[in-house]
Amino acid sequence: MSSDLTSVLVGFARTLRNAGVHATGERVEAMVAAVDALDVSRPQDAYWAGRLTLCGEPDDLPVYDAAFAAYFGGRAPSPPAASVPAKRRAVALFAQADPNGSGGEQAGDDLAVAASTAEVLRHRDLGVLSAAERDEVRRLVALLAPATAARPGRRHRPARGGTVDPPRTVRRMLRQLGEPARLARRERRDKPRRLVLLLDVSGSMAPYADALLRFSHAAVRRRPTLTEAFTLGTRLTRVTRALRHRDPDGALRAAGEAIPDWHGGTRLADSLKAFLDRWGQRGTARGAVVVLFSDGWERGDPALLAAQMARLSRLAHRVVWVNPHRGKPGYEPLVAGMAAALPYLDDFVAGHSLAALEELVRVISRS
Amino acid sequence: MIPATPAALAEALAGVGYLADDGLATAGHLALKLGRPLFLEGDAGVGKTAFAQALASATGAHFVRLQCYEGLDAAQALYDWDFPRQILHLRTVEAAAAAAGDRPDTAALEASLYDRRFLIARPLLQALELSPCVLLVDEIDRADDEFEAFLLEILADAAITIPELGRIAATTPPLTVLTSNRTREVHDALKRRCLYHWVEHPSFAQEVAIIRSRLPEVTERLAADVAGAVQRMRQLDLIKAPGVAEAIDWTSALAALGAREIDPDLAAATLGAVLKYREDAERVKTAQPWRSG
Repeated sequence: MSSDLTSVLVGFARTLRNAGVHATGERVEAMVAAVDALDVSRPQDAYWAGRLTLCGEPDDLPVYDAAFAAYFGGRAPSPPAASVPAKRRAVALFAQADPNGSGGEQAGDDLAVAASTAEVLRHRDLGVLSAAERDEVRRLVALLAPATAARPGRRHRPARGGTVDPPRTVRRMLRQLGEPARLARRERRDKPRRLVLLLDVSGSMAPYADALLRFSHAAVRRRPTLTEAFTLGTRLTRVTRALRHRDPDGALRAAGEAIPDWHGGTRLADSLKAFLDRWGQRGTARGAVVVLFSDGWERGDPALLAAQMARLSRLAHRVVWVNPHRGKPGYEPLVAGMAAALPYLDDFVAGHSLAALEELVRVISRS
Repeated sequence: MIPATPAALAEALAGVGYLADDGLATAGHLALKLGRPLFLEGDAGVGKTAFAQALASATGAHFVRLQCYEGLDAAQALYDWDFPRQILHLRTVEAAAAAAGDRPDTAALEASLYDRRFLIARPLLQALELSPCVLLVDEIDRADDEFEAFLLEILADAAITIPELGRIAATTPPLTVLTSNRTREVHDALKRRCLYHWVEHPSFAQEVAIIRSRLPEVTERLAADVAGAVQRMRQLDLIKAPGVAEAIDWTSALAALGAREIDPDLAAATLGAVLKYREDAERVKTAQPWRSG
């Protein structure tokens, strides 16, 4: 292959990478090989050679289509549309978690906070923290390690008691040239349940978004392959990958860039439906502990939300709803969406303070 | 025999009753030519499994299927020793020796225990031994992470080492087709080695052709009616939209009842062949998608 063509292809891969597709070295090599293998006189062959090798998931496909049209259509590829505003949104989010604006200006408050005991902090509403309190709470949230209880698994492990393990017993006999041997025994190995976190990131949940995302980060870090996190707003976004970052701030930044609908409206029923259609029903929610963080503000028809909640409760092992307003005195679940969802919940908890989040960890670990 | 171009492969696939579009034909062609595994995703029932089968018959290769599930391990995927038969063998040799009045040769006896005939080949070993071969690793997302890592190793080497027997290598590496339903994210390391293709539902014309080629005895009219109805059902936002497999099932159900075109009563009565949720059936009964336009 001519070096010209190779550099064109590599340039295209770079464009695609900038647009957010994971087109790394190995994939680029595969594309060059694919283009070589096909006689790319037809444009659709070039299209498929790139798409089959560079993309790795359905979300990549529209990005690829756009980049292909832009790059080979002769125009300069436009930068990814969402990237800059998303960053701004994430920055805005962090600022918003502190209602006093920049907390550093209020030195008096900070001193008072420093004096406040950890016990008081545990019960403070996460929506109204000063900067120093917020930092302390963040540190404490990162230490929470939510994990689900185990369920009986299908696999066995050798044990002293339990049922007879035929393969191992026969293997033992074989070692003694077929003489009867002591019976080997085995027992079922327990398997942890999957934990699915669904976070409502609409405007009304904004004061709690930071703490809840950090809670999710702690959960994902604890068991990366057994935890899934999604945000619900006007649409569904999977943030598991972003939250796998080791560093909480880096993870939150990555999640902020991934979420296109920070502080937008809520279409809870629709985004829940999207979750169930694309992930939940295929297995992610099956037998899992599903935790929904939302205040239940639903603009649409509550009956639709009830239908989706019914579906979710049939799939999941347990459905836990975390509503920050629950912890406030005099709260009644009167919001239409919340009322519609109530019959399908196994647990309804608060989650508005550190103590409430600790309680949530206990609820999650209950089998 | 490997077809020279994507178009030739599509033709060969059509010859065995599988109608592939441009993308899928190119994917199959590149997988054959570059010797890379093919990773297929798409809604259930779009024909991912059927594609692997068709690829095998179109290229005259063997077909081996490995169905993945939670807890799948090497003994179930690769090979296992047939312990009961080994014990039986031991006893037989022993009894024969006792009858002849001499002591069995222990070393030779032990060696004979690990003979190839006591080895049970599971799908992965079968795929390495049969060549050429199309290996279908179905629903890889159901297996555990550890299994993915293990699979990666087998795919890279196209060979395995059995401690008692030695190395078994494929003369031609099997063409591997992996499918996933996205219940879990498959590890990047595995995906990177594969060609990736998202399989779409077929177009109306394609679907009619697929039904006709699978069920040559049904009328053109019935095939077109069913394809049209199924295409409209996919627009209805159902819990489980029907795939090609369901369209074929439905057509044969209707044909079995003597339908030559879609009859609304028969269609409503046979909905169970195409929809698998009560809510979906109700929705479809109200929407009446078999009435075109």
